[in-house]
Amino acid sequence: MNMIYFLIGCSIVLALIFLAAFFWASKTGQHDDTYTPAVRILFEDEPTPENHAKSDENHV
Amino acid sequence: MFTEKTIDTETQCYHCGDELPSKPYFFDDRQFCCLGCQGVYKILSDNNLCNYYIYNDVPGQTQKHPVGHFEYLDEPSIMADLVDYMDEKNTVITLFIPAIHCSSCIWLLENLHKINPAVRQSRIDFLKKTVKITFKNQDVSLRKVVEMLVSIGYEPLISLQDVVKKQQSDRSERNLVAKIAVAGFCFGNVMLLSFPDYFGLSRMENEFRTFFGWLNIAFCIPVTFYSGRDYFISAYTNLKNKVLNLDFPLALGITVMFMRTLAEIITGTGAGFADTLCGLIFFLLIGKWMQQRTYHHLSFERDYRSYFPVAVTIIKNGETSSLPLGELKQGHRILIRSNEIIPADAILLKGEAEIDFSFVTGESIPVTKTLGEIVYAGGRQLGSAIELEVIKPVSQSYLTSLWNNEAFFSEKDRIKTFSDTASKYFSIALLLIAGGAGAYWMFTGEAEKAIASFTAVLIIACPCALALSSPFTLAAVLSILDKNKFYLKSTAVVEELARIDTFVFDKTGTITNPEATGITFKGNITAAQKQLVNDLAANSGHPLSRELVQLLNIKKCYPTVDYTEKIGRGISGRINGIEVKLGSSAFIGLPLINSPMNSAVHVMINGEYLGHFLFEQQWRKGFKDLIFKLSKWADLHLLSGDQDHDKHTLIPFFPSAQQMRFQQTPQHKLEYIKALQQRHKKIMMLGDGLNDAGALRQSNVGVAVTDNINNFSPDCDAILDGAAFHKLPMFIRQAKDAVTVIHLSFAISLAYNALGLYFAVQGILSPLFAAVLMPLSTVTIILFTSIAIRLYARKNKLL
Repeated sequence: MNMIYFLIGCSIVLALIFLAAFFWASKTGQHDDTYTPAVRILFEDEPTPENHAKSDENHV
Repeated sequence: MFTEKTIDTETQCYHCGDELPSKPYFFDDRQFCCLGCQGVYKILSDNNLCNYYIYNDVPGQTQKHPVGHFEYLDEPSIMADLVDYMDEKNTVITLFIPAIHCSSCIWLLENLHKINPAVRQSRIDFLKKTVKITFKNQDVSLRKVVEMLVSIGYEPLISLQDVVKKQQSDRSERNLVAKIAVAGFCFGNVMLLSFPDYFGLSRMENEFRTFFGWLNIAFCIPVTFYSGRDYFISAYTNLKNKVLNLDFPLALGITVMFMRTLAEIITGTGAGFADTLCGLIFFLLIGKWMQQRTYHHLSFERDYRSYFPVAVTIIKNGETSSLPLGELKQGHRILIRSNEIIPADAILLKGEAEIDFSFVTGESIPVTKTLGEIVYAGGRQLGSAIELEVIKPVSQSYLTSLWNNEAFFSEKDRIKTFSDTASKYFSIALLLIAGGAGAYWMFTGEAEKAIASFTAVLIIACPCALALSSPFTLAAVLSILDKNKFYLKSTAVVEELARIDTFVFDKTGTITNPEATGITFKGNITAAQKQLVNDLAANSGHPLSRELVQLLNIKKCYPTVDYTEKIGRGISGRINGIEVKLGSSAFIGLPLINSPMNSAVHVMINGEYLGHFLFEQQWRKGFKDLIFKLSKWADLHLLSGDQDHDKHTLIPFFPSAQQMRFQQTPQHKLEYIKALQQRHKKIMMLGDGLNDAGALRQSNVGVAVTDNINNFSPDCDAILDGAAFHKLPMFIRQAKDAVTVIHLSFAISLAYNALGLYFAVQGILSPLFAAVLMPLSTVTIILFTSIAIRLYARKNKLL
């Protein structure tokens, strides 16, 4: 049962890592804007009609 | 997928979606409403950025508004105040752009480098409507960057005041989020470590109990001393000021829980209340966070400085240069171009001044000034450029001296909120019960039970649910009002709203709609004659002429010869050989028989008098209905800076003539509100201009009415979009219902407290019971308040 001590230690260290990650994200401003990245990711590099046709051809 | 257009693009401007004029501009087979929109399209298509139009239909903003000058951005001292960061190579600046509204905006503004490669990076924060631009300052100046933004239709709003505030508020919010994170983290872990004890440990596992206990203590320390620190500080300062608020029982509960946990675990007598403690602080902080959420894109604390330009153009030895507004001194000679704002009281030296004071005085008709006359600060020059000499520093001008009034130096003294009053009695009752229970057991000789019951009472009655009912209710109301375009500065305003019994309205721009003016013609006029009037008026920049052209809405056909304009009097010219005269009755040469109440434009064609156009101010949509509804239970007043030419039309709305005041200076308005307050009235002031700033500040709830929430609005408690003006009675109703919900949720949480107290006074409170009761009551309150508020909102037709 002494394994429990080790397991709990591990789980707490792991949780602390997540907490630290959260602090880092908060400090670098990753929670400042929660809307724009969601839109940004939907932009294609060049959503021109030609581009679209080409990408379709590749699939066929 | 991208080619699908959902709207009829035939009749709309390809860029901004405005209706096309009778003769639209054509470019690239696209139709545009004005040269501005066409210009933006041209820049975008030249830079291969037409995808802007693919992500959204008509993503642009109308380009019909005049654009400011940005010479002052070349001035190093001004630039240093605006930029976030600057070194030899790069400059970083965050600009506020009110026009940001759709995904096309994001796409375009993040592709600025395609227009000018000197822009290294641009990032948008959509909710705050800001763009952070990094550019190579060797290749391009700040002014060029700003002018590029203007050229594609995204004019930034540059003001020194807003920048400082934004950074401060960001920091405190981040701090709170960090505290919540720590509390949440510890709460989760403590829960896990406490479960085994609740479910019962076998004798073999008993050694874990101490281990888990010590770990719990370790988790409680950061929660108590870091996350919960504010409650101790607040309770201490409040006690010092002899105020009993909810923070006192909270701090007391936290202290007792921490001490008892410590004592039980060290002595090995029990499991302590570690999980209740962490959960309590976690939920409390979430409530606080809900209460603090603010609108990033709205500023409620603006004074005249954000209305005035950042810099002024001064003339020295015949050369013009830019000077920061703060350095403007008496004796400086300044140049004010068309549509710029006069920043200080000054004497007119050169040019024809025609100044719109509507924002400052409420006077709806522009004022003409002659050379040598004093022009007061705050007016907007409508004619061509003028030169003035400053006679008073900016801070001491007629307009800005309003801000020296004491109303602006003291915090608004709010009436105590319900939770403030209730918590005072709650704290006293709590101490009495705890003391009573302790004394009883002491008396019966059970010292151990006395301590147990005394601490248990303080723990179980710790008013978590009580402390959360206000923030959750008010935050829910705030978001409902927000959906209806009524933006409150803070949650405290909701309770204040519920108490309002007197409404004071400003006239110009508040109850009248600044955009829509009605026009009627008294007399007979043919379509051909209307054409002539239109073509003549199209030459003039006078607001009445412009409005006339806009309202007639006919295409200009013929050129005008012999055009003359007498400032403030009228215009004349020959069209197709026909002599046309437009203007005041004196200009036309009429005897002053029946001078109309509203501003009128008289028409004379070929020496024959046809009649006059009458401009009528139009009330905002639903104004009559609103007044009717409010007058049933509230007192209504009108304070206008304008002349009393609308008085007769307003008499039906305002019960007695004493409650309508005209020609009121900003100072008068403030005094009027004060006088009403001395009669114990709770006043809501509705205004729009700088002249209402004092009254808005002094009133219990100051509401700035505006048609574009991103425009400048004076210091206020709430911003109301003009489109939601008629919903005002519903908003007040909703606020009153919110207070009812708060009362009910207080009752619910008191019921939970009573249940817990039943066990606590007997000294038989188990940690498990406390650990279940606390989150249960909290969740009940959160669910109850948010559901009840939504039901009430539906009843009030706000959802």
